[in-house]
Amino acid sequence: MTENTFTLDAKIPQGPIQEHWNTHKFDTKLVNPANKRKYKIIIIGTGLAGASAAATLGELGYDVEVFTYHDSARRAHSIAAQGGINAAKNYANDGDSIFRLFYDTVKGGDFRSRESNVYRLAQVSNEIIDQSVAQGVPYAREYGGLLDNRSFGGAQVSRTFYARGQTGQQLLLGAYQALARQIELGAVTFHTRAEMLDVVLKDGRAVGVVIRDLVTGEITPHSAHVVMLATGGYSNVYFLSTNAMACNGTAAWRAHRKGAFFANPSFTQIHPTCIPASDEHQSKLTLMSESLRNDGRIWVPLKAGDDRAPRDIPEDERDYYLERQYPAFGNLAPRDIASRAAMRMIEDDKGIGPLKNGVYLDFEDAIDRLGKAKIEERYGNLFEMYERITDEDPYTSPMRIFAAPHYTMGGLWVDYNLMTTVPGLYALGEANFSDHGANRLGASALMQGVADGYFIIPYTVGEYLADWLNIDPVPTDDHVFAEAVDEVNQRTERFLSINGSRSVDDFHRELGKIMIEHVGLARDREGLERAIAEIRSVREEFWKDLKVLGTSDSLNQSLERAGRVADFFEIAELMAIDALSREESCGGHFRLEHQTEDGEARRDDENYAYVAAWEWKGENWPQTLHKEQLEFEYVALSQRNYK
Amino acid sequence: MDFSLKVWRQDSPDAPGGFKTYQAKNISPEASFLEMLDDVNEHLNTIGEEPIAFDDDCREGICGMCGVMVNGHPHGPQDGTATCQLHMRKFSDGDSITIEPWRAAGMPVVRDLIVDRSPLDRIIEAGGYISVNTGAAPDANVIAIPKEAAEASMDAASCIGCAACIAACPNSAANLFTAAKIGHLSLLPQGQPERWTRVIAMVETMEEYFGSCTNHGECESACPKNISIDFIAMMNRDYVKAQFKNFAKIGQ
Ligand SMILES: Cc1cc2nc3c(=O)[nH]c(=O)nc-3n(C[C@H](O)[C@H](O)[C@H](O)COP(=O)(O)OP(=O)(O)OC[C@H]3O[C@@H](n4cnc5c(N)ncnc54)[C@H](O)[C@@H]3O)c2cc1C
Ligand code: SF4
Ligand code: FES
Repeated sequence: MTENTFTLDAKIPQGPIQEHWNTHKFDTKLVNPANKRKYKIIIIGTGLAGASAAATLGELGYDVEVFTYHDSARRAHSIAAQGGINAAKNYANDGDSIFRLFYDTVKGGDFRSRESNVYRLAQVSNEIIDQSVAQGVPYAREYGGLLDNRSFGGAQVSRTFYARGQTGQQLLLGAYQALARQIELGAVTFHTRAEMLDVVLKDGRAVGVVIRDLVTGEITPHSAHVVMLATGGYSNVYFLSTNAMACNGTAAWRAHRKGAFFANPSFTQIHPTCIPASDEHQSKLTLMSESLRNDGRIWVPLKAGDDRAPRDIPEDERDYYLERQYPAFGNLAPRDIASRAAMRMIEDDKGIGPLKNGVYLDFEDAIDRLGKAKIEERYGNLFEMYERITDEDPYTSPMRIFAAPHYTMGGLWVDYNLMTTVPGLYALGEANFSDHGANRLGASALMQGVADGYFIIPYTVGEYLADWLNIDPVPTDDHVFAEAVDEVNQRTERFLSINGSRSVDDFHRELGKIMIEHVGLARDREGLERAIAEIRSVREEFWKDLKVLGTSDSLNQSLERAGRVADFFEIAELMAIDALSREESCGGHFRLEHQTEDGEARRDDENYAYVAAWEWKGENWPQTLHKEQLEFEYVALSQRNYK
Repeated sequence: MDFSLKVWRQDSPDAPGGFKTYQAKNISPEASFLEMLDDVNEHLNTIGEEPIAFDDDCREGICGMCGVMVNGHPHGPQDGTATCQLHMRKFSDGDSITIEPWRAAGMPVVRDLIVDRSPLDRIIEAGGYISVNTGAAPDANVIAIPKEAAEASMDAASCIGCAACIAACPNSAANLFTAAKIGHLSLLPQGQPERWTRVIAMVETMEEYFGSCTNHGECESACPKNISIDFIAMMNRDYVKAQFKNFAKIGQ
């Protein structure tokens, strides 16, 4: 890559936005069916994005090889998504349309996403529902047998399709099954318990990956014409998050170190409805789906320090603060807004529960209105989950909820084709930054993941591949592979040789505390500067005092985690640097210095309407900031107003 | 709370395994079972003994990654609960707890409490899908599906693929898992065209790896998702019907 002169070309098609995708599909070079088999594609990850891409590319005839660190494709973190998936079907006949879904998503993202990408997402959303129903996803239905919808935050229409509280599970099983069919047909080669530890480049383009077999410890090179990362988000940088334990940023970060720009790293989502932490030993936080806000009402006691049991607090001594502050959206205010509102309540000493670290989400009115059976049908499994964790019955006393890290809007920078700044390297799903701006609306991540995999990448990959017809992938005995394998080996051995005194988790917890305190719901210059200094010093400590037992040639879970946490330290630092450089508040990025009188985010469109894309410059060099200016032609820039 | 643990340790698939005893001290009743194990592992790491390897990920009872035998019960004593959702408040202070991996010839131990469940994927690959390529689907509301059918299908589709049913079965049969997938698809109109070929392919693959079902019903009580044993009856009926060639031809 040339130095500094690099310009970010998002490859946005010309013409009216409604036509972008069609024009682009028409203009993209097609790959002749007979030639598809000659192209080798490596996909890392089998969440919704990876599994759907692998299945579709396999169906099309490409030679696909897939890796996941899980023991089965079905385990990917997408499985845990609860609430639903959006689509602009307008089955509810409440005025929804592709344009409205596009509009809501751009606005919900606080005007920090690329209009063209979001429009395409809204366009393909309808096909997703068709496709998944055909695969046998058992979505909720009405008595007449047609599909049922519900509402999610940031929208005034009912456009969310759901399968009980297990929508992600059912969508992922659909994609996993489609993938299983391609494996059976021999179109896809599949490797489980296989972790990608580096991307391999030759002459500036991606030519393969280095994989560690998590059972035998063997480290091997694999080559292909293109590499696709569908490796999810990095919320676990906070240690405590709603993400699965193993979610990590290593694949994206390794790619970043090889030249893929990392976009908007500080844009993270702290979800308002999670079960508050109960003690120091807690290993993760559990989400209570946002769909609960359809029927639950959020409140705190009016009086600070009120210790009474919730049912002893009379109606007129409760503050339904979302309904009060945001009457138009009420309990369905977008996530960033709802989370910050809860934070302010706790700061004002109105927090509830044993640790005073929550707010109530109350179903009493809904149960009175609709009956317990209806609520049970809608949310039964979520209520059960809540009871199992807290030992409290949400049918009789309100749930306690608070905000927790949940999703990362930031990720690898990609152009309209989903290609990163490294030619031949793509990023799909949560791993890229593309569609959610500074705040993601509920039920849109599933939509984006499957859109990328089923409907976008199968077309856009042709553009790059066309140039490599009849050219074999770089053989794995090329020196670039030997060097990459060597590097991974050295790094692995290094973790084992430190022989210090502290465990990986211990360091991870410490990092998480710094992040949640300074790079969490509210940020300011002083805190961010402190965070950067602290992250650096704990990282130094990590490389001196880490203790990983066992060997590299066996299944070694501490060793796996060590690599991931080492990368989290570097991601954390870039998150703080990015947050520091963005002197405005937008979406999930709330700078205390930049707020309106009533405590809302104050954007600075004149100076910050850009995507911050960071370029790695080497171990001891500051990263370089590149800006992709965002144009808003179709949704007028305005202050978000949910009142 | 304090507990005395007897934990199965085994270095690799071929290495001999055995129980080791560990003390879990000062565990919060709010801790989950896996958080208790995390705590023990932190301690082991400190004293220089390799931590106990176990599978987990979501810790929300949905990914199907976790699962161990707790005092002989798959996923422990609480009904309808995966290991990760079990909490220590369900035990009494001072309890002895025996923790073992799933045991079945089709699922060998990989390390400590981790087993190889890949045969479950082989069963799905054999036919646990509806053959529809991306892009070929009609509008989602073209086919109305009775709510009851969709709900019943969802009941079956809730299977998390944890393999507790196999671990619970005296014959190490995988019938509940296989029947759940078959039930999920065959209760939907979209699943009809391949209904008969699917059941034959999946049942035969299942039999390559796992034992035969003799209706003990242990699987149902071990299942963290309460998948009903009725699905096994449905699968058996379909399997018999599928032997008649003409059924396969008429598709129903
Ligand atoms: C609790 C919860 C509930 C949610 N609910 C909703 C919802 O209701 N609606 C909604 O739209 N969104 C929801 N989301 C968000 C959504 O689930 C995720 O953003 C989305 O599923 C991410 O999908 P993905 O395919 O990008 O990545 P993932 O599903 O995270 O998959 C990542 C894959 O990459 C693999 N992988 C990663 N790194 C490596 C590596 N180095 N080597 C090999 N393999 C690797 C993993 O094994 C895995 O297969 C929820 C998220 C959470 C945490
Ligand atoms: S049927 Fe139940 S026990 Fe068996 S794999 Fe599925 S969820 Fe687990
Ligand atoms: S860890 Fe996912 S089901 Fe238990």
